[in-house]
Amino acid sequence: MYFEYFVEGGDFTNAGYASSQIKKHLKELGVDPSVIKRSVIALYEAEVNIVAHAYRGKIKIFINKNGVKMLLEDEGPGIADVGLAMKKGFSTASEAVREMGFGAGMGLPNINENSDSFNIDTVVGKGTTLEIIINF
Amino acid sequence: MNVKELAEKANLNLFSGAAGLDRQVTGGYSSDLLSDVMGYASEGQVWITLQKHRNIMAVASLKDLAAIILVKGFEPEPDVLELSEKEGIPVLGTQKQAFEISGEIFNLIK
Repeated sequence: MYFEYFVEGGDFTNAGYASSQIKKHLKELGVDPSVIKRSVIALYEAEVNIVAHAYRGKIKIFINKNGVKMLLEDEGPGIADVGLAMKKGFSTASEAVREMGFGAGMGLPNINENSDSFNIDTVVGKGTTLEIIINF
Repeated sequence: MNVKELAEKANLNLFSGAAGLDRQVTGGYSSDLLSDVMGYASEGQVWITLQKHRNIMAVASLKDLAAIILVKGFEPEPDVLELSEKEGIPVLGTQKQAFEISGEIFNLIK
């Protein structure tokens, strides 16, 4: 099964749409609730990251009998120091984004903790692709 | 205890989402950071916060929270009301600050 979603940078009104759709699909498939919870946390954080940091992005979700693979490809500033970005509490989010309760430096660590495999491919000035795999 | 009983006992006012007043309350989580709630709140908990923009509804819905409680007299933004009705997740309010209402609710549901 394959699903695709588009995300506009800065558009917080629709943040979480892809996550809620995937939650619904996984529920319909009868996937284990703990797997759904982990998938939803990881995808929501990744989705919000595109909204908060990138210009636009595409979310590709692949579901097969073994698990769910999520690819989040964005056009954006890229991540200068991935090691630093993975640290809890580190964030480059704007003041406005922080006031909304985002940008606390928990997004990438949350994704890491809830996924079975997590890869970041980033080019400064071009964009970032996250690959998140969660096994059933 | 369900949301309705909790709202009566803790003297919370209802902004929206009356359809969800029978949701069972399993506990609570107090935080104003959405990623914190996303990562660590559990299904059935009431979320105590001062955030009042529409993204709180996305988080509450994704996490299957029982209700959101806004502190210090904060009122939800209009699209929060709309989403709360649609999702059937109540948004409640109190004049008390987070520490006080958290303590009160902790004692009510422990």
